[in-house]
Parts: sequence; structure tokens; C-alpha cells
Amino acid sequence: MKIFKLVIKNALRHKLRSILTALGIAIAVLAFGILRTVIDAWYIGVEASSQTRLITRNEVSLGFPMPLAYREKIAQIPGVTGVSIGQWFGGTYVDPKNFFARFAVEPESFLPLYPEYVLTEKEREDFLKERNSCVVGAKIATKYGWKLGDNIRLIGDIFPGDWDFVIRGIYHGAARTTDETQMFFQWEYLNEQLGQTTRGRMDQVGFFYVGVASADDVTRVSETIDAMFDNSMAETKTETEKEFQMSFVSMVGTIITTVKVISVVVIAIILLVLANTMAMTARERVAEYAVLKTLGFRPSHLTGLIFGESMFISILGGAIGLLLSVPIIKGFGEFLSVDLGSFFPVFELSRSTVLLAAAAALSVGVIAAVFPTLKATRIKIADGLRYIG
Amino acid sequence: MANVVDIRGVNKSYTRGNQKIPVLNNISLAVPDGEFLALMGPSGSGKTTLLNLIAGIDRPDSGSVSVANTELSKLSESALANWRSQHVGFIFQFYNLMPVLTAFENVELPLLLTKLSKSKRHEHVKSALDIVGLGDRMKHSPNQLSGGQQQRVAIARAIVTDPTLIVADEPTGDLDKDSAGEILTLLERLNKEFKKSIVMVTHDPRAAEKAHTIRHLDKGELENVNHKK
Repeated sequence: MKIFKLVIKNALRHKLRSILTALGIAIAVLAFGILRTVIDAWYIGVEASSQTRLITRNEVSLGFPMPLAYREKIAQIPGVTGVSIGQWFGGTYVDPKNFFARFAVEPESFLPLYPEYVLTEKEREDFLKERNSCVVGAKIATKYGWKLGDNIRLIGDIFPGDWDFVIRGIYHGAARTTDETQMFFQWEYLNEQLGQTTRGRMDQVGFFYVGVASADDVTRVSETIDAMFDNSMAETKTETEKEFQMSFVSMVGTIITTVKVISVVVIAIILLVLANTMAMTARERVAEYAVLKTLGFRPSHLTGLIFGESMFISILGGAIGLLLSVPIIKGFGEFLSVDLGSFFPVFELSRSTVLLAAAAALSVGVIAAVFPTLKATRIKIADGLRYIG
Repeated sequence: MANVVDIRGVNKSYTRGNQKIPVLNNISLAVPDGEFLALMGPSGSGKTTLLNLIAGIDRPDSGSVSVANTELSKLSESALANWRSQHVGFIFQFYNLMPVLTAFENVELPLLLTKLSKSKRHEHVKSALDIVGLGDRMKHSPNQLSGGQQQRVAIARAIVTDPTLIVADEPTGDLDKDSAGEILTLLERLNKEFKKSIVMVTHDPRAAEKAHTIRHLDKGELENVNHKK
């Protein structure tokens, strides 16, 4: 028999108590995993951001346009490798609850800047040559049952009218974090239509996508762009793509902070539950620890026994929790995708969340064992034996 | 004959609240090698305290305790634990077996601290259980054994490391008359046949009858020697 066997036998001495404690840890780890996945989902856009892309927008707000003519000036700044244009479209697809991001872009310059939106060569060519064509992400294509060649209509709000599109491409993300819930169509189509209805809104763009040669150029280029349009009718604000994405995340900063706090509280609660279990265990076994000491077992042996038992329960609970997390978070993600897919384009259990949850379970096991261990190792043998009665 | 236990001028007191309660007063005791000594006395007389000092699980306030040629007060806690594992076998009134372990595993416990191989440990444990007559109960857990059988497992645990000295604190205190008789016969056999020195604390005059020497302790002081055999 090894000491490890005694650890396992001790852990299973009160089976119901140990199983309930382990299940408590499992549920806490599951809750922790779900909450951290929600946080990850909010940050997914930030995580997917490029280090070498800038977004230039009107300094007042995203709702204010900038002249298309800025593009040529920006393109001439040293270090700029490409400039594309974009416009948030808004609108409604069939029902207002069918929300997904819709952008008017210039495919020729946009697609090279965003290689993470993967299209086949034929899809790319079809998108480029047909004025009212569009490409959509694979997730919304699946959700709405779209296939290549389908016609879809958007009811405009920022840009009033009925807008008809034909789907010429369904893009997939190059990375796990790539948002597959967006729609892109030709800015030229938007501009032409505006020429027929509201000419004053022609040749305006919502933002410029700016590619830079290296991350070292980012600060200089962004400062140069904004300085270039200082004191103009449309002053600009240029940010890295990450800062741009973070500005959206910060709008719900309080919610995210609350979710983070709750995830920590969940772990703290289960820490108290396990600590209570281990304290009860140590109290019940004072005499046994005294006997072991009498036989020559040292404080380090008792430490191993108590920590081992606590870790056994926490690892068991953590493992069950993580195993449950995989299907439950997947199912939760599918449930969210029905109505909130565009807010949480990627809702997956990440490796970092798995590691965090495992670390939390292990930490709980370690911390819960500290006080019982101190009690067991400090008690005098004679006092412990007297405890027997 | 050399002394296995040599205690000189030992004092021990406990503190309860602000009050200091003397338990042992200037005790001196020599136990020759191979002796079977019974310590008797009323409750609170200091018998168990003296036994704890001999076994190295408590320390005196003053005086010296030498057991198996080792001055215990000079040992660190770690060295004392190591010394106990090699030189002393313990028998408790309430057996103090680990309820989650089998008889075999309980007896094997002290050997886990040694460098013996698994097969050697198995050999020693089987031999100890055979001596106490429980070779056929190795896989039984304590709650499947009677009180007398549990105490015999405890005795096997006490002798499995082949210690110099066996200390027993009221070993028959929780047993019926027949079981107590069996345990005392076993202790007598360990003393005579296996030459183990034994110091036993007991209230039971019939238990004390099995010892070579009976020493009475009263109010922390040892009375005169009562050699029986």
C-alpha cells in the first residue's frame, strides 16, 4: 500500500459528502466556464484584430461621414500599404430581430486587406463583377438557409429604400475567432443608388480601412492621418483595429466587469464549501493524525494526506465540470446563435478558459487544505490522543 | 542487565488557564531490558503522561529520559519521529486502527516509513499477523473484527517494525474478560518468547499480574518497587 491509496480511501470515506462536494465544484467550474466564455465572446473582435490595420473615422462619431477624397491623401502617407473604404449600412432583413452587421465595402481593396474572410476564387470574381452582389458569413448563411445565387432584400433605415442583393459568396473565417456573421456588399452600389435619391450623400464614407507595413508604423501613420485633416470640415480619429474594437467592448464595460466579478465569486463560494468539508474532515480525524504521528509519520506526510485528499476532490469536481462544459457551452452557443449570433459571433470554450477553470479548481483544492493541514500538523500528539476520549 | 528505559529527575506539569498543574514530580525510573513493567495508579496520577514521556510523544519540563540508549530530550521533532518509528511499538486502549484500511494495511502502515520493498513488507506484515493469530483475517477491515481481534491487529502493528520497546496504554480497558485474557497472554508471549520489553499502563489488577514488576504512581510520585517475579 502506498500513501496515495490512503489518500483515495480517505477521500471516499464519506462517499456522499465527497461526491456532493465534487459535484458542487463541477457546477462551479461549469458556471465559471460559461461566464468566461461570455467574456471571451465580447472580446473576440478585439482578439481577432490585426496589428497592422488602422480604422479612420469622423472624430465626432461613427454616424458622421468623411469625404471619399481623403482616401487618396491617406494612401500617399509613407508606410501605408493599402486603403479601403467602408460604410455601416444598418437596415432590416425581413424582421428587425434578424440582426447582423452589414457593410458597404470596396471589394477590390477590402478583400486583400482582410485575408481572414476566405472566399473561393470564383466567389471573389463574382463578387467583384456584379454591382448588387454580396458576400455573407457562413454562420448567417446557415442560419437563414442562404445559398449562392439567392436574392435577399434589406429594408434601409440609414439609407431608406428597398435594397436587393444577390449572394455571390459565402465566406469562412481563416481563424477560430473570425466573425462569420457579417454581410459585405459593394459600396459602389450604395453610392450609385444615393446618386439617384439623395445626391448630397454621395461620395461619403463611414470609415477608411488602412493597412500599414509594420506594427512599428502604426503610431506615426495614425498621427499623420489625423494631423492631415485637422481643422477640416471632417476631422478624423484614427485608431488601431484593436482600439476600435475595444471602443465597442467598453460600451458594455460594466456588464463585462460584473460578469468577471461573478465568475470569481462562484469560485470563492465553492472554495468555502470545500474548505468546510476539509475542516470537518480534519476535525474528525484529529485522533488518527495523532496516531500516525505516534507511528513516526511526519508533518510532511500529514500535509500530503490532507492536500492529496483535497486535491483529489477538487480535481474530480474540476474534471467533471470541464467535461460537462464542452457540450453545455456548445449547446448554449447554438441557443444564443438563434437570436444573438451577431452579438456573440464566436461562442466557444477557449483553451485559456479551460486552463483558467482547471487552475481555479486546483487552487481551490490547495487553499481549502491549508487550515486543516496547519491544524493537523500543529496539534501535539498527547493532545490528539486525548481527543479520542 | 542494561536498562531499556532510564528516567532521572523528571518533572512535568500542564497549564490550564493561568494555573500550572504538576503531573509528575521528580520521577526516576529504570526499566531493565526484557522487563514487563505495569504502571498502576488512580486516574490523574500521571501514568499516561509518564508512558508518553517514555514513548517519546511528549517532553518533560526537566530531567532526562533515556530510552534504548538515546537521550530523547536531545532529539529534534523530526529525529524523534524517526526514533519512534524504529524503537517503539504502541498499543492503545481503543486500538486506534485506520477504519478505511484492512487489517493488513493497518499493520503495514509503520513499514511505509521504511525502505523495505513491497514483498519484504508483505512478509513482515504476514509474520506479525500470524504471531497475533490473525493470518486469516488480513483482508478484513476493522469494523469486521471484534474488539479483541482489533486489539490484536494493533499489537501486530506495534511489533511489525521489531521495536526495542512496546508501550501499552490500558490495552485491555475496552475488552471483555475473555478478550482481555487473550491480549494479556499475547503480551506475555511477546515478552517471554520474543524478548520484547513492555511498559503497560493499567487499572486492571489481573492485567498487572502478568507483569514482572508493578509500579504504583500516585499524585505524580512513584511508590516503592513491587517485584512480583
